[in-house]
Amino acid sequence: MTIASQTPRQALRGATRAAPPTASTGDRPPARRRTSLTRNRWGYAYVAPFFLLFAAFSLYPFLYTAWISLHKTSLSNIDGGTWVGLDNYRNLLQSEFFWNAARNTLTIGVLATVPQLCMALGLAHLLNYKIRNRTFFRTVMLMPYATSIAAATLVFAQLFGRDYGLINTVLQAFGMDRIDWEAGTLSSQVAIAAIVTWRWTGYNALIYLAAMQSIPGELYEAAEIDGANKWKQFLHVTIPSLRPTILFTVVVSTIGAVQLFGEPLLFAGNGTTSGGSSGQYQTLGLLMYQQGWSNFHIGQAATTAWAMFMIILLVVGVNAVIGRLRNRADR
Amino acid sequence: MTTALPGTQTTSVQPVDRPVTRKSGKGNRVGKPGPVTYTLLTLTALVSIFPLYWTLVAGSHTNAEIAATPPPFLPNATLFDNFKLALEQAPIGKAILNSVLVAGSITVGTVFFCTLAGFAFAKLQFKGRGLLLGLVIGTMMVPTQLAVIPLFMMIADLQWVNQLQAVIFPTLVSAFGVFFMRQYLISSLPNELLEAGKVDGASTFRIFWSIVVPVARPAMAVLAMLTFLTAWNEFFWPLIALTNANPTVQVALAGLGSGYVPQQSVIMAGTLLGTLPVLIVFTILGKQIVGGIMQGAVKG
Repeated sequence: MTIASQTPRQALRGATRAAPPTASTGDRPPARRRTSLTRNRWGYAYVAPFFLLFAAFSLYPFLYTAWISLHKTSLSNIDGGTWVGLDNYRNLLQSEFFWNAARNTLTIGVLATVPQLCMALGLAHLLNYKIRNRTFFRTVMLMPYATSIAAATLVFAQLFGRDYGLINTVLQAFGMDRIDWEAGTLSSQVAIAAIVTWRWTGYNALIYLAAMQSIPGELYEAAEIDGANKWKQFLHVTIPSLRPTILFTVVVSTIGAVQLFGEPLLFAGNGTTSGGSSGQYQTLGLLMYQQGWSNFHIGQAATTAWAMFMIILLVVGVNAVIGRLRNRADR
Repeated sequence: MTTALPGTQTTSVQPVDRPVTRKSGKGNRVGKPGPVTYTLLTLTALVSIFPLYWTLVAGSHTNAEIAATPPPFLPNATLFDNFKLALEQAPIGKAILNSVLVAGSITVGTVFFCTLAGFAFAKLQFKGRGLLLGLVIGTMMVPTQLAVIPLFMMIADLQWVNQLQAVIFPTLVSAFGVFFMRQYLISSLPNELLEAGKVDGASTFRIFWSIVVPVARPAMAVLAMLTFLTAWNEFFWPLIALTNANPTVQVALAGLGSGYVPQQSVIMAGTLLGTLPVLIVFTILGKQIVGGIMQGAVKG
């Protein structure tokens, strides 16, 4: 971060001078030109606002969260915490609430991500046909993405409601019992996963569609000459070509799933942070909020936040390794 | 950190004015769609729209009416009474105004700062450029939860709790935006144009303002739409930094959803009110937003 903290002065110094023009030494330098020092410093001036804001509102908080996680601190006594070393982490790993939330985050994450990405892939395939009204279909499928978490969750809480919910009305019409979606572990998690799936499937479908459109046609022609039918072509041309994109969406969805918060918070409809009466849909994000803003244990909350980051790093790392291994296997 | 996000290294953004794949037939090579395709797409479209339509229906019926068999499938004028009730239950009017202010400021800031930084990363040489860019990309993985506690302390010290600047400043830049602008400018800002500006003796900021910005405008528009949408829908941090006394739409909706409201229809009417502004914007700019997301998409 030293660079960012030096930049304002340099920016000022640069601005007071008649600024020499910036050269374009882009990706393919036309002729080798000597890069002057001034030109170098202008680059810093341009990125300075980003890094200053980033340092103040992101990097510093990240690191400070780590520091807090080593203290016993409450929200009412923010600056006067006592040093407890790794106690918070030990407590966290021994806490049944943490493991419950971690388990729920995992199951809801799988329930939300796997069907979502599979459906998105299928949808992208359909959208890749020469269809009429393509703009209409694409736009409509993106509507859920434009809907906020809060709005989507309130609507789905209505739809999944025990007494007045439309889904139960339909179930009853087919002679089935009304389900108390919110009370059950699996049913509540399925319902929450449904909200996530609804909001993100169309978005991911568009990402896949964009990637599909850049697959060279010759690959399909070659496959056709080899006698591959449409399904084989999808399996052996489309999917392998999309692999980097798929890996990318898996990573992004997983990062989102680890942070799941708004849906479980608002699903119960009474503003509690426990994630259901027995914590049946308590997630890590919600647990962290509960520790910090319901129970005022800021130190514990910071520890949970760092645990979440570690999980994300693990997932991203595993994905990177898988990607690399597969690339090597291809060669 | 660059290696951590496997897809991003090869990401590229298509310039808006040169859509390589669209309508050229190259992308849509899978052939003619059958009735099954249309059926499936129509079903998906229905599922996408239905929950939004249902807010309209549920917003105009009492609990008992909604639970009836068969359930109602049309909205009626009661909706407007419920709008009124919802506005009494939650400060949604003020929330919409606040959200416009917050999302608007964030959009202006993000587009400006990210275009600046994106330009530098795309076209200027400076020491540590690769490292800094890696840092930008790395920040995309850090969960919001990791920052909220110190941020909360910070705004408490600054007496910003319940003030709109508390939710504007921390979101004023985005790593995605920097990366998005960089990818666009690499491919669509010719070096010759910058050289010409240099020969004419224009200052660096002049070059930025009168050469880079006009070229970047299509991508800036896309970034603006995506940023506005994201900022409007931001949930976690506003919920911590603001209260119902001075809420954004999402905070007001959370309050409405977790308060004691006997009629579901009032919650639904309020939800509709809070969602309507985005839906209107989306109806007008939907095509451009779709195009923007597809341009920003990662390509193998």
